[in-house]
Amino acid sequence: MTGTNHGISAPGISSAANGVTPGMHPAVDPDIDAASSSAPGGLVKSVVALDRVVIRLAGDSGDGMQLTGGRFTSETASFGNDLSTLPNFPAEIRAPTGTLPGVSSFQLHFADHDIMTPGDAPDVLVVMNPAALKANLVDLPGGGLLIADSDEFTPRNLAKVGYASNPLEDGSLEKWQLVSVPLTSMTTDALADSGLGKKEAERSKNMFTLGLLSWMYHRPTEGTIRFLERQFRRKPQIAAANIAAFRAGFNYGETTEAFAVSYEVKPAPMAPGKYRHISGNQALSYGLVAAGQRSGLPVFLGAYPITPASDILHELSKHKAYGVRTFQAEDEIAGIGAALGASFGGALGVTTTSGPGVALKAETIGLAVMTELPLLIIDVQRGGPSTGLPTKTEQSDLLQALYGRNGEAPVPVIAPRSPGDCFDATLEAARIALTYRTPVILLSDGYLANGAEPWSIPAADELPDLRTEFATEPNGEDGEFLPYLRDPETLARPWAVPGTAGLQHRIGGLEKADKTGNISYDPANHDFMTRTRQAKVDGIAASIPATEVDDPNGDARVAVIGWGSTYGPIGAACRRIRASGRSIAQVHLRHLNPLPADLGEILARYDRVVCPEMNLGQLAMVLRAKYLVDVHSHTQVRGLPFRAAELAAVFQDVIDGTTGTVATLDTGSDTPAQTGAAL
Amino acid sequence: MTAIESTNAHVHDLGMPAGGPDVTTIAGAIDASVAANGEKQTTLKAKDLKTDQEVRWCPGCGDYVILNAVQSFLPSLGIAREDMVIVSGIGCSSRFPYYMNTYGMHSIHGRAPAIATGLAASRPDLSVWVVTGDGDALSIGGNHLIHTLRRNVNLTILLFNNRIYGLTKGQYSPTSEVGKVTKSTPMGSIDAPFNPVSLALGADATFVGRAMDSDRKGLTDVLRQAAEHQGTSLVEIYQNCNIFNDGAFELLKDPATGPMWTIPLVHGEPLVFGPGGASCVVRDDFGGLRIAETNQVDASQIVVHDAHREDPSYAFALSRLSSQDLRYSPMGVFRSVAKPTYDRMMADQLEDAAAQEPADLDALLAGGDSWTVS
Repeated sequence: MTGTNHGISAPGISSAANGVTPGMHPAVDPDIDAASSSAPGGLVKSVVALDRVVIRLAGDSGDGMQLTGGRFTSETASFGNDLSTLPNFPAEIRAPTGTLPGVSSFQLHFADHDIMTPGDAPDVLVVMNPAALKANLVDLPGGGLLIADSDEFTPRNLAKVGYASNPLEDGSLEKWQLVSVPLTSMTTDALADSGLGKKEAERSKNMFTLGLLSWMYHRPTEGTIRFLERQFRRKPQIAAANIAAFRAGFNYGETTEAFAVSYEVKPAPMAPGKYRHISGNQALSYGLVAAGQRSGLPVFLGAYPITPASDILHELSKHKAYGVRTFQAEDEIAGIGAALGASFGGALGVTTTSGPGVALKAETIGLAVMTELPLLIIDVQRGGPSTGLPTKTEQSDLLQALYGRNGEAPVPVIAPRSPGDCFDATLEAARIALTYRTPVILLSDGYLANGAEPWSIPAADELPDLRTEFATEPNGEDGEFLPYLRDPETLARPWAVPGTAGLQHRIGGLEKADKTGNISYDPANHDFMTRTRQAKVDGIAASIPATEVDDPNGDARVAVIGWGSTYGPIGAACRRIRASGRSIAQVHLRHLNPLPADLGEILARYDRVVCPEMNLGQLAMVLRAKYLVDVHSHTQVRGLPFRAAELAAVFQDVIDGTTGTVATLDTGSDTPAQTGAAL
Repeated sequence: MTAIESTNAHVHDLGMPAGGPDVTTIAGAIDASVAANGEKQTTLKAKDLKTDQEVRWCPGCGDYVILNAVQSFLPSLGIAREDMVIVSGIGCSSRFPYYMNTYGMHSIHGRAPAIATGLAASRPDLSVWVVTGDGDALSIGGNHLIHTLRRNVNLTILLFNNRIYGLTKGQYSPTSEVGKVTKSTPMGSIDAPFNPVSLALGADATFVGRAMDSDRKGLTDVLRQAAEHQGTSLVEIYQNCNIFNDGAFELLKDPATGPMWTIPLVHGEPLVFGPGGASCVVRDDFGGLRIAETNQVDASQIVVHDAHREDPSYAFALSRLSSQDLRYSPMGVFRSVAKPTYDRMMADQLEDAAAQEPADLDALLAGGDSWTVS
């Protein structure tokens, strides 16, 4: 940090008189490090080592909380902590200022060890106004550090959310370590000479806050300064103001008496290699670019803007140099239609959407099933039904993906388990689509899409080889071309692209005669073709690796099975169970159709199978139907990921119910002091 | 899944075996087929475009005439049949691709323009055609039609308008006249119909024409111009459904009445029509057009047809001369203007992007903010 000290005094700083030393970290027993530093003001500041921290930033939709969170994440990633994030924002772009519906938050969990979730509850809550306090305080465990922008706690703003008196002053926040800081006025003071008006200067308060947090947690700051310079390269005055605010916040932390302690979370041990931090939508987009490069096919994305999938369209539109065409269609149906048309022409056709869009695309997915062309349908799930909760996460499109079409229309379904895994899952979806000439549905969700984690950057030439052969010659005995003569192993039909001489053929939605692909209404043929299309998809199971069962003790009687983004919370809950001396096996599905060939045998080994889902039990129903296993379904549809502590409690109950033993759950090292296991 | 075992540092060299075309790429597959078949065959006869499939329209259907006209005229374009693709939706006319020995897709109801857009935008080397009907294009697929037209994707759309739903056995369509009595409108239709030409011009279509199924010469002339046009061409073809709407266009087909009510559109020629040239088109006082008796106006007042006018309002005014009972129907090319095509502009952006920053997957994946753990 090379910023100059603006010599900001700290007017109006107050700490709640609650007997807690400001700056003492709430979440964990701090190992008070011997290290201390001397700030310019002559203050002696101690440095506390922590193994993990969960911070939540909350403010108005217009306060830039997502950007601030994203920057803090980048700083944290480059410092080398393991991390996991949970952005949480309303569907309204700018709800009325200062109201509860307009509150946007960003939660970041970072640690010196491998972590799996964005954290159940924050240790530190930063609120930019009374609405943010009201909406988020319920999640902050007692004793947690609460930093509030006191400037925004005006009578008007308090009245907007129904506070009769100012909670920063009326003693109602005694349970927490409150530090109220006039973030807004300190920002405008710092920018007094910037030439910006007051309103404009106030907008930099998020950078002031970021600066303060960067000091508190010893984050590297160069990346943020570079980012601001790049972001506002055409508006140097704004860039300078934001950088000045950022530095002022950092320096304030160093000089103020309000924060006597800063915290250090050491880098997490990670396998050697090159890393970056990546969000699910970004990883998925890169997966599509990589699938194009590794298959040698042009990528064609047909998409209609929809939350939370639009970022994939935005990202892919930047990568035209990789032969990626992006087509913003007039509607969801045109998006997939154009993608299928491009697939007919030899491209890797892709459409991206969320649940409502999948509903609209259903008929075209059926056409892709019938025409047996490769096609990727990316469903970034959100809360439903109907418009539902556009910005919140859910896993409730599983049955739609599996069965949401007329007729017997089998479609392979794949789900990534983490933001970074969206990359690999996309390549796997492309492999299946290209190998088997079939539409494939990839089920991401809002949590994966917007959440971020460190990602080990793969080498391009070590990615799967996705090359596929186009037909070039007639395949019939009489020199004719038979578009539905199948590969005996995969049952895939030949892919003959327009422009290929001698292979002209017609495909379509009407039932096809075996081999010739001509229209056929023959009863026996329809029965045969229906079973063949199903057999082709079922046969994909032969190409799926054996299911991994995570049971380090090897003696688990209870297995937990999940799919998609619940991997992190389930995994963290399993760690807690094991830390308490119990055994539990974790199975996490990537392939939801076809299911792995060994799954039935695996599930049959356990006394109980628990299936947590962010829906009302969709996978559980499939497993019960397919394997006749008495699956214990645990569900939640709050628009938010599971909390690990809640899941651990559920697993414990099942284990104890199975073995007849009752013991207290040891919260273990990955557990916050307050588990707050409210369901 | 097998990873490519290659020590080659150049990422995009996929290590294909040397010799022979790479049939894992579109261009490679096409090259391979050309190598096997000799040069692309561009001198075709009508019979080269027929398939072994039995044509299954009702005897006497106007679709037969259109199919014959298309098969007869297409060879004159000098395009190899493997480079032609016909995409259709659902309806009687949409069976068309099965009878053409080209590539084809008989897709789903209303979506042919969207599917063809994806194909044409990703394969500018192809000649892509859409065959659709009044229900397919204007009802369930209306949205795709107007957006395809405004984008100006390089497609030729043949809209067979029989003013009825034939395949579902006789319900009124979006072009049926008000008062039409059908199975679903026993007391007469109360829907105002679309004029497909007006609709297309409202979407700023760069090429709009109209022709009669039975007029081989006129149909072929409009089709040729449509095929040669760069961008989206829409050709409305009046097509008789002899089962559910027989005689719908008799007013225009009957030699006794046809010349009276048909306005032939010939670029550069005055709009004079009717027996003995008795009628003509002049400007009205409100910027539109009206019909006049030729001997009642000065020759200088008669509008000379200009299909290349940039402003679509003239062509739109032409399209509004006809009433729903088909009197004063202009036939021919309403509008034909040159504008950049969507597929070309898309290809240009890809080329520009590649020129500015060559594809490097490793660099893309690494991004700007990476760190190394050793």
